[in-house]
This record gives sequence, structure tokens and C-alpha cells, in this order.
Amino acid sequence: MWAKRFGDRLLASFGFLVTLLALIALGALIYDVVRDGMARLSWDFITSYPSRRAEEAGILAALAGSMFVISLTALMAVPVGIASAIYLEEYGGRGRISRLIEINISNLAGVPSIIYGLLGLGLFVRLMGMDRSVLAGASTLALLALPVIVLATREALRAVPKSLREASYALGATKWQTTWHQVLPAALPGVLTGVILALSRSIGETAPLITIGALTYVPFMPNSIWSPFTVLPIQIFNWVSRPQAAFAENAAAGIVVLLGFLIVMNAAAIALRDRFQRHL
Amino acid sequence: MSSTPRLRTQALLFAGLIVGLSACGDSKDTGEAGASSRVITADGSSTVFPVTEAVAEEFQKANAGTRVTVGSSGTGGGFQKFCRDETDISNASRPIKATELEACTKAGIDFIELPVAYDGIAIVVHPKNTWVVSMTVAELKKLWEPAAQGQVKRWNQIRPEWPNEEIRLFGAGTDSGTFDYFTEAIMGKEAQSRGDYTSSEDDNVIVQGVSGDQYALGYFGYSYYEQNKDKLKLVPLDDGDDSNGAGPIAPSPETVAGGTYRPLSRPIFVYAKVKALQRPEVLQFVEFYLTQGVPLVREVGYIPMTEREQSMVRDRFNARKTGTMYTGTDSHSQTTLEQRLTK
Amino acid sequence: MNARSRRVVEFIIERALFLCASGTILVTAGIILVLLWETLGFLREVPITEFLFGTVWTPLFYDKHFGVLPLVTGTLLASAIAMAVAIPSGLIIAIYLNEYAAEPVRRTVRPVLEVLAGIPTVVYGYFALLFVTPLLQAIVPGLAGFNALSPGIVMGIMILPLVSSLSEDAMRAVPNGLREGAYALGGTRMQTSLRVVVPAAFSGISAAVILAMSRAIGETMIVLIAAGQQPRLTLDPRVPIETMTAYIVQVSLGDTPAGTLEYRTIFAVGMLLFICTFALNLISNWLRERFREEYA
Repeated sequence: MWAKRFGDRLLASFGFLVTLLALIALGALIYDVVRDGMARLSWDFITSYPSRRAEEAGILAALAGSMFVISLTALMAVPVGIASAIYLEEYGGRGRISRLIEINISNLAGVPSIIYGLLGLGLFVRLMGMDRSVLAGASTLALLALPVIVLATREALRAVPKSLREASYALGATKWQTTWHQVLPAALPGVLTGVILALSRSIGETAPLITIGALTYVPFMPNSIWSPFTVLPIQIFNWVSRPQAAFAENAAAGIVVLLGFLIVMNAAAIALRDRFQRHL
Repeated sequence: MSSTPRLRTQALLFAGLIVGLSACGDSKDTGEAGASSRVITADGSSTVFPVTEAVAEEFQKANAGTRVTVGSSGTGGGFQKFCRDETDISNASRPIKATELEACTKAGIDFIELPVAYDGIAIVVHPKNTWVVSMTVAELKKLWEPAAQGQVKRWNQIRPEWPNEEIRLFGAGTDSGTFDYFTEAIMGKEAQSRGDYTSSEDDNVIVQGVSGDQYALGYFGYSYYEQNKDKLKLVPLDDGDDSNGAGPIAPSPETVAGGTYRPLSRPIFVYAKVKALQRPEVLQFVEFYLTQGVPLVREVGYIPMTEREQSMVRDRFNARKTGTMYTGTDSHSQTTLEQRLTK
Repeated sequence: MNARSRRVVEFIIERALFLCASGTILVTAGIILVLLWETLGFLREVPITEFLFGTVWTPLFYDKHFGVLPLVTGTLLASAIAMAVAIPSGLIIAIYLNEYAAEPVRRTVRPVLEVLAGIPTVVYGYFALLFVTPLLQAIVPGLAGFNALSPGIVMGIMILPLVSSLSEDAMRAVPNGLREGAYALGGTRMQTSLRVVVPAAFSGISAAVILAMSRAIGETMIVLIAAGQQPRLTLDPRVPIETMTAYIVQVSLGDTPAGTLEYRTIFAVGMLLFICTFALNLISNWLRERFREEYA
């Protein structure tokens, strides 16, 4: 009898311990990075270009590159993603084609990001001749973000109660009028959250951009979609690869900036979702 | 009440952000070189990379608005891009090969070959490696030749008194000029190397590998040793030839400049595309390289050429003398740079 | 707008939306086409038996060998270590959160674990190379600077939230009736969770495990930074290795002109990677569907 009770307690404590360990691992990671990076983090760091001297190197080019690429990615992926989700959720039947598209999208979401890099290399850089430009990078990331946006938007659309749609039809509205004026605004918080999460995943992507050839020493801000570029994760990767200890500090500081960026984005997602939910 | 007006406002704000960002980028470039200055692209050798990076940095500081990118695809990779008209400047740690020359000629790419410094390829081990005091060229050959692949795996297979532990090898990748030069100098024929080692065109990876492993051995340009002295131990090399100095000799600015560190001393180059020199910013950049580059060469750890050689290179540039001074097979001969430049 | 033009507009909009949705099929088609095209070119010069079963990978060197097994074992070694970390801990955490923990604990812990999943992989790579490897070198004798153990463990930490949250979902879907029946028969929470809930949620849990495996196999940055670039056929986690993903990046960082055999190797390896992860994802989805049917 007490053996059973003892085993029960044991599992409970063990489970608690493992959970605690996982949280400690997260804490260790963040603490390690912040401790190494905080010393280096300064206004100078954010506004300087990369340099061969670790003390003078900064992430301005990478930061500008990331923002530019992500904006372009959003511009390409968000409309197409939302449109696809609207079709699948509101218009598509249980037909074969819709089913195929659904399966296809959920499989695409699981494809490793480096495969998207190969696709970008073969298609955008070589075939379409975009070279290692911001456009090639953004296109590749857009393809990567697309399945995630579609899936998140579908969830959000599904959460809108049927009664809303039916009331709209009852008043004589067409399908599109219903979708555009009623369903989409109601689903907006979920959609925005999904979009922001997809984009924040894209900001952290390194492998596909390396594969299409994003250069590592780019000491200027991109000024057109055809310009060479670098992004935060690639700059971090470049600094991690350099053996001098001072560059490791730069990498840590770069990581702090990157994580800060992600925190801001995710907080914005949550805030937007709350703000819109109040108006429902 | 509909949120559509809000959606529209969001979209407009978003579009405004994009336009703003693009405009932001543009306005930063109205400097001396003009708002439409195209990027000066350099790519190629990881060995030469530190020099070109330093020059690019100082050049951009001195000329606001100019933009230089420097890639690190390896000498071979750099030449491929160069001869496809994708880059303006190619960094090279060995002279251009016959096949590459052919590709460039076919594509109509004329270039000026500019030596910029001397380098000695350093053989390095971990500081805790106490048993290696020096190595001979013959031993290096035994360790790195293609026949060693899968066969020579332990330290005591090179010298029986060395430990019975696995040798962890790190070296240049196949696109690297260092790879070509090393294999030709040690094995006698280019590209002859075993393949079962950690190979990378990025010499930083090799530094990281050797400095993290007690049983490691690697090779790369001298600058990378100089920049990471605290993590590495240099291996003096004995080439068995007493004419340049008896016994094992370690690379250093003196031995490389004096020609005693053999056979791994070499000049490193920058190749400038003639067509690109028509752009004022590229012309300025190369001139800057040749005039202000010497202290930077020393700073990153390479060995500057003699005053005479430097001025001969500058003359060569000003005369726009195209083509290579090296025929395919003689890059390892004893002809000095000075002798070549006189031809 | 009269009814007729409204209908036309509706029709156009529907077609436009359909175009977008079917465009996603173009993405998959694009991936398969690009990979297939180059892989077929590769297989014209290298027999598929040598590729799949050869044990030496030196495609760029003088003595060329195109056996992909060293890359595959490298990938499997690192992934296996990751699984060894993620699966037990993920499962235990899921059991603890679902069957033992109070609601407020579950509500706080779950999103915190999600943060682990959202950290960019380059950050994990930094962590593996500069924190975990030095730490392990003090414990494990003969651990090289580049090895499979350190990135394997870090990958496990990264994948843990995936295993725990999907397993949790699977266990939560198990109807309470089953649990209550077990308690009624005098079972402890441990017996109930281990002997009743987990087996009942088995399909969902296996789906989670397989998805985690697929994620580990496709991971690039962590192994690129910390595992090394030396293709070798070994099961020793203390030495440098190279994974399939790291090879693809290594060659892309250099320059291989399109149309050469060397260029095609990255697509051949990419194709193999794609097939493996695709198959694993399909199996995982099928398991999840089956699980949903059981308890729908």
C-alpha cells in the first residue's frame, strides 16, 4: 500500500524536478547570454557598422537589414497567406483539391528551413537571377512563413462563431461581404497574433539566408531591394565563428538585441490581441 | 461597428513604414560618392579577407557614402564569381590558375594582378601539445597525402615516440587558395589531399577547431595565428634543404620576408577587374589599398612587401598592366616577386 | 452595385482566393522540382547504390567518394542524443503538468516552456559552443571542441517543449471517464497516468515523438556551429562530425558554380533530407489523425 503511495510521491517529485530543470536550463541560457552581452551593449554598438576590431563592431547594418527584409517578407507573405486561409476556411468545400491543399500546407510547415534555402538558391538566385539581394532573401523567407500564417489564420477564422456569419447572410450579404466586414475583423486578433509569430520566427532564421548567399561582411544599410544585405542572426553567426573572445561578447550582445526584438514583437502580438478582443 | 477603417489605417501605416525604411536607406548614401554609388564587391580568399576587410573599413571611414562588401568563398570560389562578372575584386592566396584564366578570357574579363603582401602558412597545434617540437616536410606529406585517407590516423604513425592518440585534422577547404598552395608545396601536385578532415574555407573555423582540441593539428594563413596566439602553438618546419637555413624554421615576419621559411611562404594577391576601374569609387579603393594598405597588412599579421616591390606594384597598376605574371606551373619556383615584377 | 455585377465581383474574388491557396501547392512543387532536377543530374554521374550505401564522403576532394552514410550517421547521432534528452523529460513534464500540477502552475509553466521553442537556433548554437562544450570538456575526457554531444543536448532542450506540449494535448484529450474509472478501482495517480492515460494517449504521444525526430534531423544552425565539419562514420559523440544540413551550408558558403557535380551534391543531400523529414511528418500526421478518431 505504502509502496504505491511512495511511487506516486516519487513520480510527482520527479516530474516537478524535471520541470524545474527545464526552466533552469532556460534561465541558464538567458543568464549566460545576458551576462556576456550586457557589458558590450551600448548605443555605440547599435549604431556602428561591423568592424575587424571587436570593440568597434556594431550591428547597425544587420539591424537595418533585418527590418528591411522582414517588412518585405510580410508584404509578400501576409496577403497571400490570409487569402489562402480565407479560401480554405470559407469557400473551400470538403472537396479533393481543398483536402490536398490542406495536407500540403501542414506538411510544408514541417519542412526544414534549409530546404527552403535550397529552393531559394535554385529558384530565386539562379533561375530568376535575383542574386544575393534583399528580394531573394525576403522571397525565400516569405515561402517559409506562408504555411504558418495560413495555419494560424485558419484557426482564427474557425474560432469565429457561425452565428455571426449566419446573421450576416440573413441580412442579405454575400459571402465576400460577410467575410470582409464581419468574419475577418472578428478574427483579426488571432490573425495578427499568428502573423506576428510567423514573422518573429523568420527574423531568427539563419540557414536559408546563408544558403542563398547573404554575405557576412556588409558594412552598410541596404538601400534597395536589389542591395546585398546581412541580418541579425547571420551577423551573430559570423561573430560566433570568430575565435577571439571579444567577438564572442559581440555575439552575445547581438543576441540580446535579437531577443529584445522578439520580445517586443511578441508583446505587441499579445497587446494587439487583447486590444482588439475588447472591441468584440 | 466594423473594424475595416482600422484595418485600412494599419495597412497604410505599414506601407508608410516600408517606404520610410527604403527612403531612410537612400538618404544615408548621399555622400561624396553620390547617392547612386554602386557597391564595390570583393570576394575570395579567407586568407586575404582580413586585409581587404581592414582596407574596406578604413576606406569607407575616409570616404563617406561608399559601400564595400567582402565575401569569403575561398580563392577558387572568388575566381569563379570574378570570371562570371559578379565581383569587382578577387582576393587570392595563390595566383590565378590556367583554367580560371581561360574562363576569364572567354568571358572578356581583363584584370590587373596585384600582390599585396607575403604570408607564411602556419602549421599549428594546441598549446597543450607537448610532443611536437617541429615537423619535417616529408612528415607533413605523409600526414596529408591522399593515400593517408583512412590510413594515417594516429600521432604515433608519424613518429613512434608520439602518443598513440587520434590526430584531429583541420585544414582548408577545396575552394581555398591555401588548400591549393599547401597541397602543391607539400604534396608536389595541386589538390592532392586526403579528404577525411574538418575542411573549411573559413579559417576561423580551423582556429576554433585546433584551439579546442588537445590532439588537433591544422594549417592556415599566418595572420590567423597572429590574431589568436594565446590559443595556438606554432610548429617549426624543416624542409630538409640547408640552402635557406638549416633545421626547423618557424614562420615569422623575418623568416617569411627573408625567404627562409620554405616552402610555405607565398605572396597574396588582389585581382582588380579593369572594367570596374572605370567606376571612380573602385579606382579610389584600389589606389587606397596600394597606398594606405601597408600598415593594415602589418596590423592583421601579414608581412608587407619590400619598398621596392611596393612601388613596382603601384607602377604596374598605374600602367594598367593586365594579365598574370605566373604561367600555370611555376607558382612555386624560387623567382622572387621583385624578379617577376621586372619582367 | 446591382446584383449581376455583384455576382461577377464575388466570382472574381473567389477565383483570386483559390489562386492564392493553390499557390501553396506550387511551393511544394517548386521544392520537389528543384531538388529532383539537380538530384537526377547527380545520379547520372554517381550510382545511387554508391550514394546511399557508400561509407566515405569526400565529394570535393581529389579522391572523390560519394557515399552519404557519414553524413547520415552524423545527423542520426546528434538527433539520437537530442531525442534521449527531449523524450523522457518532455513526457515526464507532460505527465506532471497534466496529472499532478495545479491549474495555475500549468498555466504559467506552459507558456514559459514555449519560450524555449521560440528562441532562434543561432542562439542555441552560441550556447552549445561557448557554454555547454567547455562545461562538458571538464566532465567528459577526450571531448573535442567540436563534437556531437554538446549540440545534441542543446537540440534536446530546444525540442523539449514540442514533445511536452503535444504529449500534454494528447493526454488532455483522453476522456476523464478513463481516469475516474482507474481511481475508482483504487489506483494512485502514478498508476493511472502510467498505466491508463499514457497508453490511451499513445498515438498522440508517438506523433509528438516522431515530429520531434523530424525537427532534430532538419536542424541546421546548432550543429553547424558546434558539431564540426568532418564527415565520418562514427557513433562516438566526442569527436567532430558533419550532419547533412551542415554540409549543405558548408558548400553554400564557398562557391560552387551551377551545373557542376559538386553543386549537385548539396541538392542530392537536400533531397535525402527532404524525403526523410517528409516521411516522418506524414507518419506523425497519420498517427495524430488516428488518435483524433479514437476519441472524437
